[in-house]
Amino acid sequence: MSTTETAAPGVGPVEGTPVYTVENPAPLIEAPRKRTKKTPKSTRGNFELAAWLFMRLSGIVLVVLVIGHLLIQLVLDGGVSKIGFAFVAGRWASPFWQVWDLLMLWLAMLHGANGLRTVINDYAERPNSRLWLKALLYTATVFTILLGTLVIFTFDPNIR
Amino acid sequence: MATPVLDKADAAGQPEPGFADSPYITVTFRVRRFNPEVSAEATWEDFQLEIDPKERVLDGLHKIKWDVDGTLTFRRSCAHGICGSDAMRINGKNRLACKTLIKDINPEKPITIEPIKGLTVLKDLVVDMEPFFQAYRDVMPFLVTKDTNEPTRERLQSAEDRERFDDTTKCILCAACTSSCPVFWNDGQYFGPAAIVNAHRFIFDSRDEAGEQRLEILNDRDGVWRCRTTFNCTDACPRGIEVTKAIQEVKRALITRRY
Repeated sequence: MSTTETAAPGVGPVEGTPVYTVENPAPLIEAPRKRTKKTPKSTRGNFELAAWLFMRLSGIVLVVLVIGHLLIQLVLDGGVSKIGFAFVAGRWASPFWQVWDLLMLWLAMLHGANGLRTVINDYAERPNSRLWLKALLYTATVFTILLGTLVIFTFDPNIR
Repeated sequence: MATPVLDKADAAGQPEPGFADSPYITVTFRVRRFNPEVSAEATWEDFQLEIDPKERVLDGLHKIKWDVDGTLTFRRSCAHGICGSDAMRINGKNRLACKTLIKDINPEKPITIEPIKGLTVLKDLVVDMEPFFQAYRDVMPFLVTKDTNEPTRERLQSAEDRERFDDTTKCILCAACTSSCPVFWNDGQYFGPAAIVNAHRFIFDSRDEAGEQRLEILNDRDGVWRCRTTFNCTDACPRGIEVTKAIQEVKRALITRRY
C-alpha cells in the first residue's frame, strides 16, 4: 500500500516539546450548549402544544377564507376593476362579511405571527436578538390586529 | 481455467495486467482536522490511499491512523455498526464510517469526513456527546412500574404490543439523527430526535407505566413541538428507524391525551 500525505496545517508533532505543560495547560473548550445554572429547569407547559395545533387548524380555515376572499375580490363579477369604496361599503353592510373579514384578519395575523415566532426561535442564536425580534413582531401584530378590528367595526359608509 | 490473453498491441498504454486486476483504487480522504493545542481553527487535510473500493470508510481511517498519521483521532468500538461510536459526516451526510462502503460514495472525488454537527468538537472527529446523553437521560430511558416488589414472573406482552414500538428499539445512540437536525444545530436545547425515539420506545410499551410522565417531559418548549419535520433524522439513521414518524406519534399522543 502506498500512501502519500499532503499539506498538514494545524497538525503538530506527536513527539517533541509539548506546547502546553501542567503549569501552562491547554485552553479549556467551553461547550457552548452546556446546560448551565441560567438554563431554566423546566419549560414545560401546553403553550407550544396549543400553538402547534392552532397552526394546523387555522391553516385549514384560512384556506377556505382566503381562497373565497380572492375569488370574490379578484375573479368573480368583473374582477379587480369593480373594487372601490362603494364595493367595500356594500360588503361591510352585511354582518356576514364583517365576520368573514374579521376572522380572516385575526387568523391570518396570528398564524403568520406564530410562524415568524418559530422562525425567530429557530434562526436567532443570541437570546438578545431573539428578545428584540420577538418584541418587534408582537408589537406589529397587536397593532395590525387592533387597527384592522377597529376599522371593520367603525367603518362609516357616509364618510366624506 | 483459460485466461484470455491480451494482444501486446491492445495492452500497450494500459496498466500491467496484474495491476489491472488489482482491486485497489486511489482515493482521497479529505478529513476535517482540529487540535485545540495547535490551533483554534479547524483545517482540511488530504490523504491519498490505495484502497479496495469494497472496503469501508472506517478501513480508510484505520489505514491513515495506523500507517500515515497516528495523530488522527476518531471514535470507534465494535466497527460493525452496532456500538454507534463512529457516526461522522461523510460527504456532507451523517453516516456510520463502519457501514459506509467507499464504492457507494463516489470515490472519484475526494471523500470529505467531518465530525457530526451541533456538538462541540474536542479533537479531529471526536465531539463532546454530553448534551446528547443529557437529553437521553432526561426522558428516563428505562422501564418504570408502580409495583415496588420484585416481580415473581416475567412481564408478559402480546406480539402486537411488542410490535407497537419495535422500530424505536433499534436505536444505537450514535447521534447521527440528532446531529443532522437543523433545530438542534441552532442552540442545542432541543431534545433531539434520538431522545424522542428512546422516549417513544417506552411510551408505547404496554409494560411501562410512566408514559404520561415522559409525554409531560416532551411537552416542553424544547420538546417535540420544535420538530419541523424536515426528515433529516430519518435520512441519517443508520438503523433505518422512521424517526420523524416516531416524533409525530409522540405529538399525536400528546394531543389525543389533552383533547
